[in-house]
Amino acid sequence: MKVQQISVFIENIPGRLAEVTKVLGNAGVNIRALSLADTSDFGVLRLIVDKIDRAKEVLAEHQFTVTKTDVVAVEVPDRPLGLAGILQRLDAAGVTVEYLYAFVERMGENAVIIFRFDNVDEAVKVLQGAGIEILPGERIYNL
Amino acid sequence: MIMQDFGSTVLTCTPSYSLYLAEVAAELGVDIKSFALRVGIMGAEPWSESIRAEIEDKLNIKAIDIYGLSEILGPGVAIECIEEQHGLHIWEDHFIAEIINPDTGEVLPAGEQGELVITTITKEGIPMIRYRTRDITRLITEPCRCGRTHRRLERMSGRTDDMLIIRGVNVFPSQIESVLMKIEGVEPHYQLIIDREENLDSLEVQVEVNEDTFSDAVKTLQDLASRIRKEIKELLGITCKVRLVEPKTIARSEGKAQRVIDQRVK
Repeated sequence: MKVQQISVFIENIPGRLAEVTKVLGNAGVNIRALSLADTSDFGVLRLIVDKIDRAKEVLAEHQFTVTKTDVVAVEVPDRPLGLAGILQRLDAAGVTVEYLYAFVERMGENAVIIFRFDNVDEAVKVLQGAGIEILPGERIYNL
Repeated sequence: MIMQDFGSTVLTCTPSYSLYLAEVAAELGVDIKSFALRVGIMGAEPWSESIRAEIEDKLNIKAIDIYGLSEILGPGVAIECIEEQHGLHIWEDHFIAEIINPDTGEVLPAGEQGELVITTITKEGIPMIRYRTRDITRLITEPCRCGRTHRRLERMSGRTDDMLIIRGVNVFPSQIESVLMKIEGVEPHYQLIIDREENLDSLEVQVEVNEDTFSDAVKTLQDLASRIRKEIKELLGITCKVRLVEPKTIARSEGKAQRVIDQRVK
């Protein structure tokens, strides 16, 4: 039920982001979703890709610091209060969202949002209990 | 890989070069710990106990400190014994060691910290008489467990000329190193950039991020930076900027590590 995300440490230097995407592209890795958190000195690029092990390998070869994290892909109704409803349930169950970002593609009537929780397993239980659709990794990587 | 083929048991180089060797070996997929290496004799640049622990762990050896200066004979003026690994025995049958106050030149009583001054007794070509080394140390007069009776020099804590004065505070790079090495996972590669902003000295400490310290959550990284900042402030009383940089971006040296870049106008 979890999706594997890779994160890359990027110094705030012109051209670094381009370098990451070039390394991945040349290795035939396709990016499915991404988010960039930035501070004044560095950024953390989080990616969902089709070939996660290959991506990690080529980035490490190019001296990037990479880490894998479990995140959850949730189908969110694409209408007002769609996301709010889900967040309320998580909040009521005491699950904290570390960060989230939206997926580029839609799944029919729904949007896909990637969540990073403090407690992934608990979050999955809460969402499933509430009948909210969670997308398995394979569907996300191959979308 | 000559070391592997010949089964070398002793490695002698600068401490930073030994870590560089370990890093290259790891990159080549060679297990340097399985080498026949027993002892590392390291010197020519200041290093700390934590760097020693790191070297001993990464190369599976005992690392001992050697001291010398090119004006006298290069490395070999004083060396630690493997038994104690604390304090470098200075060969007092060849050298007279004195500790002086670097500002006044007056000789300090045994045990006090100051600048090391050496007189050579047996050197015939270029004898040195009361030569000021600029190295800061202390003479240890207590007997050593190894049985040698030559007095010991405490690990050099810096040089009178590598001491930085930042906003009026005396700072030795080794002090900042000791802060970094106390924090789990932090790399022994760092650089200090000193500059002047609006007539005020600024200190930037660059630290490499690695797989141990990296996290997908920005907050964790910021916490690491602020922890380093806080501990430096606690030790030295000065505020600095901590910049996390990508791995292997701080230049590796094959000789003496270039830890300090002072961009202030002299």
